[in-house]
Amino acid sequence: MGFAWGPGDILVYETQNKASGPTGSGCAFIHVVRKDEDIYSPILRKLFNESHHIFVGLQTIKDDLPSKSKKPQFVSISRNYRSVIRACMEELQQAAVSANDTDMATQYGNQVSILLAIELIWNLCEVLFIDAAPAGSLLLHLLDWVRLHKSDVDEKAKGVLQSDSPAEHRDYWDVVLSYVLQGRLEDTRKMLMKQAMLQPAAKSMYKLMDSLLSKMPFYNPGGTQTLTEFDVKWRNWHEEVDRYLKDNSFASNQHLEVICKILLGDEDVLLEHKELLSTWYYFLITRLLYCHPTVKPTELHYYAQSSMMMFLDSGVPEPLDSILLAAFEFDIHQVIKDCSIALNNWWFVAHLTDLLDHCKLLQSHNLHFGSNLREFLLLEYASGLFTHHSLWQCAVDYFDHCPEFGRVYLELQIERVPLDTERKALKVLRICEERQMSEQVRSICKIMAMRAVRNNRLGSALSWSIRAKDAAFATLISERFLQDYCAKGTFSDLDLIDNLGSTMLLSDRLTFLGKYREFHKLYGEKCFSDAAKLLLSLMTAKIAPQSFWMTLLTDALPLLEQKEVIFSAEQTYELMYCLEELTSSLITAASGSGRPMQEEDVEVTKVEMLRLALARNLASAIVKEGTMQT
Amino acid sequence: MFVARSIAADHKDLIHDVSYDFHGRRMATCSSDQSVKVWDKSENGEWHCTASWKTHSGSVWRVTWAHPEFGQVLASCSFDRTAAVWEEIVGESNDKQRGLSHWIKRTTLVDSRTSVTDVKFAPKHMGLMLATCSADGVVRIYEAPDVMNLSQWSLQHEISCKLSCSCISWNPSSSRAHPPMFAVGSDDSNVTYGGKVQIYEYNENTRKYSKAETLMTVTDAVHDIAFAPNLGRSFHVLAIATKDVRIFKLVPLRRESTTTGPTKLEVQIVAQFDNHNSQVWRVSWNITSTLLASSGDDGCVRLWKANYMDNWKCTGILKGDGSPLTGSSGQPSAMSTVVGSSIQTSQNALNGMSAGRIAKRASFAPPLRQLTSPKINQSPAYY
Repeated sequence: MGFAWGPGDILVYETQNKASGPTGSGCAFIHVVRKDEDIYSPILRKLFNESHHIFVGLQTIKDDLPSKSKKPQFVSISRNYRSVIRACMEELQQAAVSANDTDMATQYGNQVSILLAIELIWNLCEVLFIDAAPAGSLLLHLLDWVRLHKSDVDEKAKGVLQSDSPAEHRDYWDVVLSYVLQGRLEDTRKMLMKQAMLQPAAKSMYKLMDSLLSKMPFYNPGGTQTLTEFDVKWRNWHEEVDRYLKDNSFASNQHLEVICKILLGDEDVLLEHKELLSTWYYFLITRLLYCHPTVKPTELHYYAQSSMMMFLDSGVPEPLDSILLAAFEFDIHQVIKDCSIALNNWWFVAHLTDLLDHCKLLQSHNLHFGSNLREFLLLEYASGLFTHHSLWQCAVDYFDHCPEFGRVYLELQIERVPLDTERKALKVLRICEERQMSEQVRSICKIMAMRAVRNNRLGSALSWSIRAKDAAFATLISERFLQDYCAKGTFSDLDLIDNLGSTMLLSDRLTFLGKYREFHKLYGEKCFSDAAKLLLSLMTAKIAPQSFWMTLLTDALPLLEQKEVIFSAEQTYELMYCLEELTSSLITAASGSGRPMQEEDVEVTKVEMLRLALARNLASAIVKEGTMQT
Repeated sequence: MFVARSIAADHKDLIHDVSYDFHGRRMATCSSDQSVKVWDKSENGEWHCTASWKTHSGSVWRVTWAHPEFGQVLASCSFDRTAAVWEEIVGESNDKQRGLSHWIKRTTLVDSRTSVTDVKFAPKHMGLMLATCSADGVVRIYEAPDVMNLSQWSLQHEISCKLSCSCISWNPSSSRAHPPMFAVGSDDSNVTYGGKVQIYEYNENTRKYSKAETLMTVTDAVHDIAFAPNLGRSFHVLAIATKDVRIFKLVPLRRESTTTGPTKLEVQIVAQFDNHNSQVWRVSWNITSTLLASSGDDGCVRLWKANYMDNWKCTGILKGDGSPLTGSSGQPSAMSTVVGSSIQTSQNALNGMSAGRIAKRASFAPPLRQLTSPKINQSPAYY
């Protein structure tokens, strides 16, 4: 049983038995295993991209203001995240509905429900931790929270209202009760009006209920009323409702009586309507609304725990329930921990923790792995993104904002990005150069240069080695160019060599290559004297390697043969000197090695020709220089 | 959730090693059928075999890639007492169209008198260098001074470890504070020499490798050994596959400037897992050294992760065919299965999950009737 790690968490298996090693059986299969990452889902990818924008925006919020005054900003960022989640959910839902294949539909459906749960948790965290409403407003925010996530009421209501006789619709009382449970008393009153019209005999009862409903006080955070004043008012109202219940004002109509009991926060009655409430946290909010609207944040956990106990028969909470309970208990770390375990993707916990950290809500433990929880989660999330062929670019920003280990993680990961195309390589390089990751820059350029050399694309190889500032490799490639020239008589990649500019100074050989090409250009443009000067300087300044001098001298031949005298006498002397130097070294070399006769013959002929041409030129030059211009 | 695909390997005998290249786009496999196969991953994720050739005259034990800075280079080692270095030659255009490439042997390293059990390239900052270890207990380090001429390799060091060697691992750290270092493991049954893992370090002054440490607590046969990527830490982390999985921390102790000889290393055991309940044959780190994987005779691959408190736990188990091991007895009762439950993946455990088992985690999936209603704002009825 063996395996290998690939980049991107791909494990490859070999199936074999190593210990006793039965021989003979051919090994059938290698299994490639990949974590089924959400990053491979095209719809979720939008989630990752958009949240990346929000994340970067959050990091750049200036630190100079105290965090208290930044609260509205944080709340709005939190809302941005949530709207991104919702947008994604809607798309997934559409995809699920229109999917042909049931497996896909199920998968989409699962993703939708996970996102729903995530949004639910996030919203609650926003209410409790980020917005951190005090008593009074707290309940109002929680009420909004529940209403947002339980809007099937509106669906039902629409159905009821659109029917011919709404008050007789079978869902009518469900809708009315749901409205009451959500504290939507205006809507309740409107609905009850329809029933009241049908039962003129009970008109007074309905009128009473209507008045009670209209009188229920709701705390107004922006108003002048203090919490205590509100509390007093609410208690008075509560007592009034209680009196009417006790003296059987609604005894004849069981529905109205139920409503009355709900208004009094009767837990048993509430529990009778579990189906309408559907969740323990809805039950919790309703309970608080009608028993204790001035609930303080610190009191929440007690009510939450008891609500959960009362509501759940089996008593065994699901993961979502535990997470929400932990939130009500204001145990942020527990929330994060539980979410990390329950979800298969670090996206949620990473972004939420980051936001909470910015709100200064997380105490930093000093951890070994990553400087704190926030960094740990962001590193995990970003590392996961890196295996994706386009999302890895988002991941770079995340690493940038992890002060302790971000850079080193990025260095390790970015080296491994496959350099499929030049464009991709340039993208990666830009990222490294922006962050002064010089070693990675050098390495990537070297890899590309090596690849180019292997494929005989010398020009590409040269430009990569120049970018890598790799003098040794540049020398090597220049040699190859020169060898190619000797073999074929032409240069490849002229554009590149012509435009080397100052980069040709990287290596001597490269400088020579550049200058030699310049010589050819000058010759082509018939600037013979300039060409001649350059040619000579290449040899005298020792820029040209001696191995190449023969070629250079051969190149000088046509210049020597011109009708016009190009090389001056002095220059000719220098050329002769070079020739002598070359021939003497050739002789010593030849005497040592056993060179074939033909080669020697060619060499000798060449030298003879050169000597002749040089002599003739010298003669012409002396004559020319000696002649007076009249 | 793990997704598994199978590739028909087509080796005529047992596969002994599989190795990814640096970028994860190519793979090499070697087998007792004496051949090595190279596979390329196409853009759609399919693996194609682009080369298959006979490499040795005995079972090929290991195959490894050099860093792409040196081109496309492989090394293999075999029971036939040799190790070989191979380079890919860019083929003719019609070969390329058929998706084939050619590998030629650049050199054969014949110094060993016994089966060569492992071959590994050194970290790239050391140049083009590789180490081999043999059953006769000798570690040999070769270098190619000219990276453009892979046929010239010279034997730079020959180190006798006194115990038959089975595996070798270079320390990947390129920090100036860390001289070149490798660890060698032994599967020798000899009990006189206690420690089966030795750490050697290069000494700038003597220009030789000398033994820095022997891990005396490892007394059983060692099958695989792997240094973790360094991440800028001052200490080293080493994983060992023996009768169980062990992770050691090696802390270099500060020495006075006058002392010569290798750095003193303080050895601490970080974790020890016997979940495989059998011999562990391979250990390997992921790129950022955050995950360790191990495979054993129980036919499973286990994934180990440290949480942010540096406690190591098992985060996943995969069976031989790539499917995850589904939960069995011993699950915490809080995680009940629900319709549409998803199987936990290895990235989950932040802290505490019962070691060695994946539990079927409840997802948030509601009953499937959710799908029929078009309105998104409905919250699920039941969890």
